[in-house]
Amino acid sequence: MSARRSPVVQRWYRYWVTFATLLNKEVLRFSRIWMQTILPSAITTTLYFVIFGRLIGARIGAMDGFAYVDFIVPGLVLMAVITNAYSNVVSSFYSSKFSRFVEELLVSPAPPWVILAGFVAGGVARGVVVGIVVMLVAMLFTNVTPYNLAVTLLVFVLTAVLFALGGFINAVFANSFDDISIVPTFVLTPLTYLGGVFYSIDMLPPFWQWASKLNPVLYMVNAFRYGLLGTADIPLSIAFIIIIGFIVVLVLISLTLLKRGVGIKQ
Amino acid sequence: MHALVVEQLRKVYRTGFEALKGVDLRVEEGDFFALLGPNGAGKSTLIGIVTSLVNKTAGSVRVFEHDLDHEPEAVKASLGVVPQEFNFNLFLPVAEVVINQAGYFGIPRREAKARTEFLLKKLDLWERRRSEMRLLSGGMKRRLMIARALVHRPRLLILDEPTAGVDIEIRRAMWDYLRELNAEGTTIILTTHYLEEAESLCRNVAVIDHGRIEAVAETQALLAGLDTETFVLNLRRPLGQLPQIAGFGLTAVDATTLEAQLRRGQSLNELFAALGAQGVEVVSMRNKQNRLEQLFLEMVARGRSGTAARAA
Repeated sequence: MSARRSPVVQRWYRYWVTFATLLNKEVLRFSRIWMQTILPSAITTTLYFVIFGRLIGARIGAMDGFAYVDFIVPGLVLMAVITNAYSNVVSSFYSSKFSRFVEELLVSPAPPWVILAGFVAGGVARGVVVGIVVMLVAMLFTNVTPYNLAVTLLVFVLTAVLFALGGFINAVFANSFDDISIVPTFVLTPLTYLGGVFYSIDMLPPFWQWASKLNPVLYMVNAFRYGLLGTADIPLSIAFIIIIGFIVVLVLISLTLLKRGVGIKQ
Repeated sequence: MHALVVEQLRKVYRTGFEALKGVDLRVEEGDFFALLGPNGAGKSTLIGIVTSLVNKTAGSVRVFEHDLDHEPEAVKASLGVVPQEFNFNLFLPVAEVVINQAGYFGIPRREAKARTEFLLKKLDLWERRRSEMRLLSGGMKRRLMIARALVHRPRLLILDEPTAGVDIEIRRAMWDYLRELNAEGTTIILTTHYLEEAESLCRNVAVIDHGRIEAVAETQALLAGLDTETFVLNLRRPLGQLPQIAGFGLTAVDATTLEAQLRRGQSLNELFAALGAQGVEVVSMRNKQNRLEQLFLEMVARGRSGTAARAA
């Protein structure tokens, strides 16, 4: 770094180096254990396509004007993104707490927002990699191509950001490895399955349609379905407002926790 | 300039335990400073607060005139810390641990690699650079923690029990390296249970106990205040009976070994002359305890009796 550059530029360059170091470390981490991090989602999605798409889906018929196997593609891709973005951050940050190497970051001059951005970017990277793998698997079974590429990519990335943040907060409060599996098992999985991955909420009675709209995952799945297929149960603008709103709230919570050192400082 | 200024530092843990009770401490730039105290005295809490690993309850910390509350980035950039317990990702290769740490301090990867190579060679770890951390011995892990703490070239290096569990040869090599760093201008603060380490390395010493600083002084001046010293005397011939010499406390350890307690101002020559007059010939002699250790025990004992008196 040239000494002639202004202190402000030097400071931002240092932030960039810290962020890149964290992201590189996270990508190397999940790449080294790809059989645990990338392969399972590809196998699970293949099974979903074979069983729900080909075998059962053929008897279900069309949904919202699409073959059932095509209809479930957006939900399955997004489900993989949600699960992987979340679990990457929760397991990585909790491990760093558990083995105390989070102290390497706490003693460094990296501000809390750079640390948060590094971990979230790691989660997004894994979500994106797994999402692409699942999309490639989907293309073996379907003829889906993006209807609106910009919306598809935006929802893809924003959803990964949102759940990476969720994983971070979970890791901050976790006191054992059990604590990092409770939320995915008892909160994320039900929300995802009830978030319109496998069905259109138009099929539900009015009360359950209303209840489904309390589920934030529904908005993400539908926005992503719009991007891929051009159809959704929810207006796109509302979906984006909800996704971005959640991201803002989770960022504020995460930064407050990091600044106070909750779960990581005595 | 002061490398470290701590004022009225207090720490009360959630359990209600008050680990620091208003600590004041100043360490000059370029000093080699020891922080001594028994287990639970507050040493690690003090270091934890200075290095941002523990939140303080009250008080202030300044490092090279940067306030920890208002300029945390400047404070952290000046500090290197070697913690007491290992805090690595055990599955990472050795070199990557140091390179990543450089990255966290904003040092670009190419420069980080060059510094890592220099430090790993200096600390005799280069051959193990590709080994996973978990495969290193305890001594290697300690040396790696020093390399990691130095990669951003801190002006103040804080070491919490740096040579715990390290064999004598490696400990001596680490001492030499720390002396070299200090001579190059790095201010060093260390806590240690090996008081010989403090006496050998440090110019200034602070004694902390029960969350309070009991004494701060030059190591040599502090040693001059030692009230008693115990010497072990090896005798040429077995003793018939314990010699009685006025003013000197003598104890027989076995037939050819005596322990003699000398108070400040008493002369060893007087003791040898008195023993010689009674036909006792001394062939060799050594200090029973490290002198600083003896002083430390006296100070802690005095501090505790003072605390008990205050409580009463």
